[in-house]
Amino acid sequence: MSVRRLAKEQPTEFSFSPENLAWAEKQVAKYPDGKQASAIIPLLWCAQKQNAGWVSEPAMRYLAEMLDMAYIRVYEVATFYTMFNLAPLGKYHVQLCGTTPCWLRGADELKAVCEEKIGPKGTTSADGMFTWTEVECLGACCNAPMVQINDDYFEDLTKETLGAFLDDLRSGRAPKPGSATGRTSSEPFGGPSTLTDPNLYDKSAAAPVDFAGRTAPSEGGSDASG
Amino acid sequence: MATLIVDDKEIDVPGEYTLLQACEEAGAEIPRFCYHERLSIAGNCRMCLVEVVGAPKPVASCAQQVRDLRPGRDGEPPAINTKTPLVKKAREGVMEFLLINHPLDCPICDQGGECDLQDQSMGYGIDTSRYKENKRAVEEKYMGPLVKTVMTRCIQCTRCVRFAAEIAGVEEIGAIGRGEDMEITTYLEKSLESELSGNVIDLCPVGALTSKPYAFTARPWELRKTETIDAMDAVGSNIRVDCRGREVMRILPRLHEEINEEWITDKTRFIWDGLRTQRLDRPYVRKDGRLQPCSWTEAFEMIASKIKSAKPERVGAIAGDLVCVESMMALRDLMEKLGSPNLDCRQEGSLISNEQRANYLFNTTIQGLEDADAVLLVGTNPRVEAPLVNARLRKLYLRAQARIGAIGPQTDLRYDVEWLGEGPQTLQEIADGTHEFAEVLRSAKRPVIILGMGALEREDGQAIMHLAAQAAAKFGVVSGASEDGDAGWNCLNVLHTAASRVGGLDLGFLPGDGGMTTHDMVSAFQSGNLDVLYLLGADELPLSRSASTFIVYQGSHGDRGASIADVILPGAAYTEKNALWVNTEGRVQLGRRAAFPPGEAKEDWAIVRALSEHVGAKLEYDSLAQIRNALLKANEIFASIDYAPGADTAGTFDLEKVGQAGPIDGSPFVYPIRDFYLTNPIARASKTMAECSALSAEALAQAAE
Repeated sequence: MSVRRLAKEQPTEFSFSPENLAWAEKQVAKYPDGKQASAIIPLLWCAQKQNAGWVSEPAMRYLAEMLDMAYIRVYEVATFYTMFNLAPLGKYHVQLCGTTPCWLRGADELKAVCEEKIGPKGTTSADGMFTWTEVECLGACCNAPMVQINDDYFEDLTKETLGAFLDDLRSGRAPKPGSATGRTSSEPFGGPSTLTDPNLYDKSAAAPVDFAGRTAPSEGGSDASG
Repeated sequence: MATLIVDDKEIDVPGEYTLLQACEEAGAEIPRFCYHERLSIAGNCRMCLVEVVGAPKPVASCAQQVRDLRPGRDGEPPAINTKTPLVKKAREGVMEFLLINHPLDCPICDQGGECDLQDQSMGYGIDTSRYKENKRAVEEKYMGPLVKTVMTRCIQCTRCVRFAAEIAGVEEIGAIGRGEDMEITTYLEKSLESELSGNVIDLCPVGALTSKPYAFTARPWELRKTETIDAMDAVGSNIRVDCRGREVMRILPRLHEEINEEWITDKTRFIWDGLRTQRLDRPYVRKDGRLQPCSWTEAFEMIASKIKSAKPERVGAIAGDLVCVESMMALRDLMEKLGSPNLDCRQEGSLISNEQRANYLFNTTIQGLEDADAVLLVGTNPRVEAPLVNARLRKLYLRAQARIGAIGPQTDLRYDVEWLGEGPQTLQEIADGTHEFAEVLRSAKRPVIILGMGALEREDGQAIMHLAAQAAAKFGVVSGASEDGDAGWNCLNVLHTAASRVGGLDLGFLPGDGGMTTHDMVSAFQSGNLDVLYLLGADELPLSRSASTFIVYQGSHGDRGASIADVILPGAAYTEKNALWVNTEGRVQLGRRAAFPPGEAKEDWAIVRALSEHVGAKLEYDSLAQIRNALLKANEIFASIDYAPGADTAGTFDLEKVGQAGPIDGSPFVYPIRDFYLTNPIARASKTMAECSALSAEALAQAAE
């Protein structure tokens, strides 16, 4: 954490696109009358998406007026949550997890890759393609180390794979999100080691059971009250 | 009531008390930073930790209620300890945390000597810290010309944030960032736009928010403190004036639950630099078209010759907004002796009569407003006319117990108001019962009607007052105390804007038989039918220099009145005399001298007394005690210091006699105060007030865009 300030250069105005506005109105409608302010976090998030990944100062005022809040209250929320970026970013925002499990599995090496290919932490690369930041745990510890690039997780990384991914992105190719070693979600390396019995998957376990001669009620049977 | 044991002492307190209040009730002292009686509970400083017997860890006593405590195992009352080693260690730990990032700049800090953090670290802290790391530094924030910030000292108690949002009603201060990087600021460092912003300085328990004009000028222990009364508006806030030598260094509020609670307005607090500039410190007479210094005798002789040669009915006197009761008494008696009926204390030009006292008072009382359930504002903008009355109305609004309607041009009052109309015809509709708000007043148990000077200083002011009284008679409650213990209620209120007004009306500083009112005197002045005009601190009149009228100006500041005068008599400002003031509730209050008037200036009643000898109409009092005695003979109300009659007079209050039935004019109300910061000669002499005025004008212009 460090002191977060608004960007020096700000656009002159902000307003939601028609689709986003419709979406925002739906969010606001979830809350009772007079409690519209509760929708501020989803709306800030939406504003951030629309504005190339950062929340501008006019956007804060726009949302404050939309939700009938004081400007300072929106400013408080936007500066409190680090998921709201207050300054322009590169096209791809690389959020690198540096918390203990990822760190133990080589996050430091990934940082070195980012420093080499993008630049110092928190800065945007010269070509405007990347910004990398170090974040706390993103909840993918089983697949450590990992980074989040815009909306996607890239897991089981090594310095080579991350380097290749960044090169791909830079040259316009889209790397496949998920595990870089090809495992499905967070199953063990080398494939599953439990629940391997094929019978588990032939639906036999789901067949009706005969309890001492009594047949279990069939589907849609008399036990409708359930 | 709940029983609990605090430090082995058994006490009974209401269940909704917090543990902190219960401990105080039991006589235990609990240190605190974020907790403040008048603000919501934040519970973030942790300084008020106490030990609740049976609880696994110390409890923040400000944030837990007594009714939430569980009894002991055998049904004995819950017990709290505030003096055990556990509590001591907890406080030391909290204090160590608070001081991690707090700079050691007490020697250059304006809060030094009256700092909660300083005092409490002496009382509850330890002598050292285990933290060797660098301290965090925070950039200064701009908060306007009144509040200076040194944000590195901030301990994030958020009192200022809560004050702005809750009491002042401007959500302008907030806490951005989080954790160690949390910072208090306004949105993009805009200046605070509240008439009450200075109170955050008193609320701040450390030196993060201090007074900008007072910065680096004095230490609290070298100041002489005088408890007196404010004269900036008709509320009569209780203040403490701090002087060093003869200079007023600062003004602070004093606690008075019935008037200002513990707040004062920015004008009251920061006016003091105006007490030093533009002062009239010696008498002047106009010779060859220019005002030239002279001796007291010369000035008096000059006036005497003019008064003696004029017919009494061509002599007039008008009292201004800041004058005290004693000086009005002396001038009234002098005019009487001279045989002139032309005197008026209603400088704003209203025709309020003093036939019944309740006629011109704020009868609900300021504290009484808290019990109201419907409020009708007529031609008043309390936000600038009496910000502390407005704060009470906001309190009412926050508790959501009253509907507040207003007649007048729309303006931001810091709470939601139903704007019913702009002119007196809306009041007519309400009085007739055809307006829907009439139903609100009818169904209310304790309605309030507040008439402002915007309604009363018009030509049809008396007709409007009559209408309001009719409405009060029809829907309102005006009743004295009843046998079932009800204290009574008087819903009809006049919100004055001048500190001197009620005192003048009590005294009868009003035209005698066939005498001229302020308005008449101004027109007589303009048509050349007035020979001598005595302005007692009256600066807000539409007058210019005239060859036909000899103008005597007595006052403290070289303002509009002095610039057109032929003789200037230098008087004392409100901080420089022992004097009585009567606030808009009719509460007589005793002001005390904090400093002496500058140069040859004198107390105002004494000037009139000295003059009386020169004009051959010697007044019979030679000392303050004697004039006070004469005052009591004139009106015994002056003996009841700090008593606001409220509903006590409601039993004999004849609503039929309020105002005068007559035609009303359909034009919208115009609020009497256009610029809150520049309403009187002292404010106009103050650099700080000029700065505030310019800023607020700028903000208004921006809002209009």
